[in-house]
Amino acid sequence: MFSLATLALFLGMCIVLARLYAGPTLYDRVLAGNAFGTYTVLFIGVLGFLTGRPDFLDIALLYALINFVGTIAVLKYFRYRAIGDTSPSPKGKPVLHGNLKDQGYKH
Amino acid sequence: MELFINLFLFFMLVVTALAILKMRHLFAVVMLSGVFSLLCALLFVTLDAVDVAFTEAAVGAGISTVLMLGTMALTSRNEKMPRKFSLMPLLVVMATGAVLIYGTLDMPNFGSAKSPAQTHVAAQYLALTPTDMGFPNVVTAILASYRGYDTLGEVVVVFTAAVGVLILIGGLARRRHKDEEEAN
Repeated sequence: MFSLATLALFLGMCIVLARLYAGPTLYDRVLAGNAFGTYTVLFIGVLGFLTGRPDFLDIALLYALINFVGTIAVLKYFRYRAIGDTSPSPKGKPVLHGNLKDQGYKH
Repeated sequence: MELFINLFLFFMLVVTALAILKMRHLFAVVMLSGVFSLLCALLFVTLDAVDVAFTEAAVGAGISTVLMLGTMALTSRNEKMPRKFSLMPLLVVMATGAVLIYGTLDMPNFGSAKSPAQTHVAAQYLALTPTDMGFPNVVTAILASYRGYDTLGEVVVVFTAAVGVLILIGGLARRRHKDEEEAN
């Protein structure tokens, strides 16, 4: 049963990796990266039950957290072109650069 | 099943590495290297080294990705095509890999009870921690006390690396910002 789940997870990983490689847009890649993180979480969960020692199940929770924060960081980078301080600059000129199309970004 | 899992994970690792080599779109390379780290972390989990795996996932998939994106904001989005194909890097990598594999030849088997890690100081740590420290957590006792100087050195290294990265990225960003203001 758990072997079957492992196989299904591996299949999903392959598909997601193919999407990450093929693209074509940035958002496909962000989503694929996020999905791969989710597969990692699921695989750690399944692996515990597959080997009969589900002690590391709570570690999977931490991976889910990293995955979430990482995705937010990547998306924030897209929106603001910076990871750190994105508050308006002191001169009153906002640091916000608008969306990607306005910057002539090509996929 | 365990063999299959290991084989599959290594196969995915190789495929991801080849994809990273082939990609010219740097954003995809950053995401792929995050996936590479996650796969490494999964391999560590299958080896029961969950702490190493977690460090790999946090640093490799988390902080490195963010750092590389921050660097990409300062530089170009696409990799330049290499001018010519050179054989030297491949040879260096092959030689290093061969040396590393040669180094594993006389290592004890995975999980072996006779490995040096199990026979020398580990038993002593396990026996002495409750009386020396007064608390049951052996890992903390080793990290913070028995190998305290080692940990201090690691902290210094990590701190130096963080300062170096901050100076590099922060300085470059400030210079860009100044240039933009002068241009305006």
